[in-house]
Amino acid sequence: MQYMMMIYNADDVTPAPGTKDYDAMMAEFGEFTEEVASKGIMKGGTELQDVATATTVRVRGGKTETTDGPFAETKEILGGFYLLECADLDEAIAYAARIPVAKFGSIEVRPIAPHEME
Amino acid sequence: MEPEPKEAIETVVREEWGRALATLVGYVDDIDAAEDMLQEAVLAALQHWPGRGVPRNPRAWLLQTARRKAIDGFRRDANFAAKAIELRGLMELDLSLEQNDLDQHIHDERLRLIFTCCHPALSEQASVALTLRTLGGLSTTEIARAFLTPDATMAQRLVRAKKKIKSANIPYRVPPPELWPERLAAVLAVVYLIFNEGYSASSGAELMRVDLCQEAIRLGEIVMTLIPGEPEVQGLVALMLLHDSRRDGRVDSDGNLITLEDQDRTRWNTSKIKRGQRMVGATSNLGRPGGPYQIQAAISATHTGARTWSDTDWEKIADLYDDLYRFEPTPVVKLNWAIARSFAGGPEDGLRVLEELEGSNGMGDYQPYHAAKADLLRRAGRASESMESYTRALSLARNASERRFLEKRLAELG
Repeated sequence: MQYMMMIYNADDVTPAPGTKDYDAMMAEFGEFTEEVASKGIMKGGTELQDVATATTVRVRGGKTETTDGPFAETKEILGGFYLLECADLDEAIAYAARIPVAKFGSIEVRPIAPHEME
Repeated sequence: MEPEPKEAIETVVREEWGRALATLVGYVDDIDAAEDMLQEAVLAALQHWPGRGVPRNPRAWLLQTARRKAIDGFRRDANFAAKAIELRGLMELDLSLEQNDLDQHIHDERLRLIFTCCHPALSEQASVALTLRTLGGLSTTEIARAFLTPDATMAQRLVRAKKKIKSANIPYRVPPPELWPERLAAVLAVVYLIFNEGYSASSGAELMRVDLCQEAIRLGEIVMTLIPGEPEVQGLVALMLLHDSRRDGRVDSDGNLITLEDQDRTRWNTSKIKRGQRMVGATSNLGRPGGPYQIQAAISATHTGARTWSDTDWEKIADLYDDLYRFEPTPVVKLNWAIARSFAGGPEDGLRVLEELEGSNGMGDYQPYHAAKADLLRRAGRASESMESYTRALSLARNASERRFLEKRLAELG
């Protein structure tokens, strides 16, 4: 089963680029990604650009409405995700706990909806 | 043959429910489907047993009937292929297994079932309901009534929990060693939550409630047979027995809570106290580091072991709270430690411990803190400071019984 691991973190607790903590975090990310990729369980994943670059799009009455910013203003924002193939939720939780951001942010784990060919 | 009384049949059904359900889940790998099958068999039992009597092996009867009815159902089902996995499982359910093998098998299945129901990815509320339904064999209506929730709400909670187990693929298994401490703690927390729900229930509503304290003790005992030799499990069962032993002495005829000091100790249940104390003794002899349930059980055992309030071994109780604080460094534990110290070494001793709590998070609005401080100050002869604390406690009182008690104390001082 595939699980999406959405990585949420707040700006004020995230190590800033150029700091030692940031380098350590990125090194951990690199190791983690390499591990899940080499095991063949990484089905997708990426880091997202800063939330300041977000645009929210809605179509209402046939008209496209575009607003600046994320759809909801929250302290913790989506910073990236992994899509991993895991045997069950326990395995998914174990991987989620190893994503570096789990130590100061939150990882939301959601199974991918099955869409089988009928 | 005498017709079997309805209650006797219901008791047998409830006792067998958890075991039979666990067995079925093991074969069809789906709690919901297993529950439907067993429900069919129970309906058949309620129909046939009153006239013919309870069969010699009711569990085998229920399983056999569930299996037969389910297979018949599948055959009629247009969507036959989709049920292939469940059907294969049922075909394998070989009831000609030796009785001993069957017992071992059911033991393993029940263990898997309780760990699944109490998986930390489920909400505690959902775990509580699911555990009572699957292992405890309570009906949805009984659980709803016990938690003062509408039937539909409880039914939905159960459906949602079962759906999450299936959709998120929560594994149906006993957790591996590295997850064991966390998962066992979750199981025990669920059982204790059920107990506390029953213990704090107001006496008025109690009459129409399933006795959740009894259910929690029964579940605790099931866990104890499933996981023998785990001191925290024994600690929890001992704790529940010891708390429960004082139940009749805790409330007066008007439903007011009676403090431990003023309880009529002859109304405590001696056989529960004896059983609880034996278990506390047993866990302390296992020679392993204590855990929070064992320590709390030991505290309760010390209280129930005192013939009168003044016989209480407060030094020991204070030490036990000190131990407990290492596992649960919460203001509540420290508050209890302060109270115990005040009886062991005098009110000023207790007040010194309370000072450590002064200004810590949430204490300002925490009623028990102000009530305890008021009591310590009163006993230390510091009347005006005591009145101040009583007034603060009174403004934070949560129910009429608490309010009456504090007003009485205030009047005595004023």
